[in-house]
Amino acid sequence: MLHTLSIGELAERLSTGKLSSVELTRHFLDRIERFNPALNALITVTAEGALADAKAADARLAAGERGPLLGIPLIHKDIFCTEGVKTSCGSKMLDNFVSPYDATVVKRLKAAGVVMLAKANMDEFAMGSSNETSYYGPVKNPWDPTKVPGGSSGGSAAALAARLAPLSTGTDTGGSIRQPAALTGVTGVKPTYGRVSRYGMIAFASSLDQAGVFARSVADAAPVLGAMAGFDPLDSTSVDVPVPDYQAALGLPLKGLKIGLLREFFEGLEPRNAALIQAALKVYKDLGAETREVSLPHLPLSVPTYYVVAPAECSSNLSRFDGVRYGYRCQSPKDLLDLYKRSRGEGFGAEVKRRIMTGTYVLSAGYFDAYYLKAQKVRRLITDDFKAAFAQVDLVIGPTTPTPAFAIGAKIDDPVTMYLNDIYTIGANLAGLPGVSLPCGLIDGLPVGVQLVGPHFSEAKLLNAGHAYQTATDWHKQGPRGYE
Amino acid sequence: MRQLFLREMQRIFSTSTMSLTRQDVEKIAHLARLAITDQEMPVYVGSLSAIVNFVDELSKAQTDRVEPMAHPLEGQHQRLRADVVTETDHHEQYQTNAPAVASGLYVVPRVIE
Repeated sequence: MLHTLSIGELAERLSTGKLSSVELTRHFLDRIERFNPALNALITVTAEGALADAKAADARLAAGERGPLLGIPLIHKDIFCTEGVKTSCGSKMLDNFVSPYDATVVKRLKAAGVVMLAKANMDEFAMGSSNETSYYGPVKNPWDPTKVPGGSSGGSAAALAARLAPLSTGTDTGGSIRQPAALTGVTGVKPTYGRVSRYGMIAFASSLDQAGVFARSVADAAPVLGAMAGFDPLDSTSVDVPVPDYQAALGLPLKGLKIGLLREFFEGLEPRNAALIQAALKVYKDLGAETREVSLPHLPLSVPTYYVVAPAECSSNLSRFDGVRYGYRCQSPKDLLDLYKRSRGEGFGAEVKRRIMTGTYVLSAGYFDAYYLKAQKVRRLITDDFKAAFAQVDLVIGPTTPTPAFAIGAKIDDPVTMYLNDIYTIGANLAGLPGVSLPCGLIDGLPVGVQLVGPHFSEAKLLNAGHAYQTATDWHKQGPRGYE
Repeated sequence: MRQLFLREMQRIFSTSTMSLTRQDVEKIAHLARLAITDQEMPVYVGSLSAIVNFVDELSKAQTDRVEPMAHPLEGQHQRLRADVVTETDHHEQYQTNAPAVASGLYVVPRVIE
């Protein structure tokens, strides 16, 4: 049962020659062939490239090289540019786009010896919370195929939950790693803004976007974050702060760690969900952490703030898709304006157009101050709330999502209701903070997550706290039926 | 917090007045260079109005003397690099993704009569 082993166990077998990367890669490619047609978690399966990567990893292993990820298979979200491989970002606009270069994340993981199995399905241009806005159709949640897996990194999360790969990458602009991790019962890590390079990661909202990891445990995620993170001169917002050894940070005692319970997150929270978060808090108390309540009074404004800032940045970023240099072009344009308008009108899906228009509106003359500037000011108030909280506690804790996975089709026609899925995750993006979502229980047979958020560059502390929770509990070991 | 939003949503959807008209949406679509079909238009008038009503919540926040925040990591400077050539010419490779190319140039409809 290779798909149930941890990254540490796999690396041990690879390094002692009990297992080859080719065997391991074939095992996951077989599972992909068997389970993906029903799940639709993947857009492109790169079987040939994967076997070539695996052979190269085996050669490195045979030459005596060792590394925590050498020969380990992984799935990339289709938002990361991969040289010579279709990179669609879930959009008709880029259905024909073959990237001429690798994103920094892809390049670094390749150097670490990772084997790329596939490119994961996602909400179009990462705009969505259910993976229903993808041009390639919705992804099914392995726990219940009538339910969404969350979004926007829904394919990456569902693939992990179904054990189609031991690791996958994602991006998180308003919760797009943490929310699908919670809804599929896997571990999701969103690093500090600037911790991981955005170079070659197709831009949605540049002051919020950040790449991260899905894994079945914090211990599995730690080496991936270590390999991805670090300064990149090709990303102007990459931060030149040394990358600690995240694996070495795991296992430190939690005694004296101060955890703040976010008061606003519990107001109106469904009682069963609240009880699971309280149970997680009890685990932390038993591990020696101190807990107290903290308040972020401006947090209720985070969703409206986000739905001004993110669309504004998206309307600017997505202006590059013009039907001229790459991507979709309409048939027989009558002039240049017609070419721009119809290529974009036909190439983008409904939610992407909605966000571009929202952004265009809030940035337009006469509305800029009332919406965009106002949202930037509220963004500071929210950030200041977090700063005040972190003066009292080391980490804050709360639910990742308001509910478990909802039915496919339930919210897609009502954008505002859909946007409210992200009420607990958006604050961390606005303030640029790292966060993790850990599986913490089931409601009606569906997983829910507990979220930890820390100050800038506190990933080592967050991962240690997450790992301690997973040492004391086994929610992260549970998986959906039918994928054993 | 969730109840607050649900109350707010009831307020938004109970107000039958659309905050944006069809003409407003046509103008926004033109500025965004998006062709919106007649079938799509009413959906956007409705959903964009709902979003604008929703984000109007921000007007309640007291933001006098608050500096707008554009970026989560403040104090970051735009770095300068040495003024040397680091890129080589890849135009042929890049143009394999272009919809129409002739003699190394991108082809678009005639712009100058």
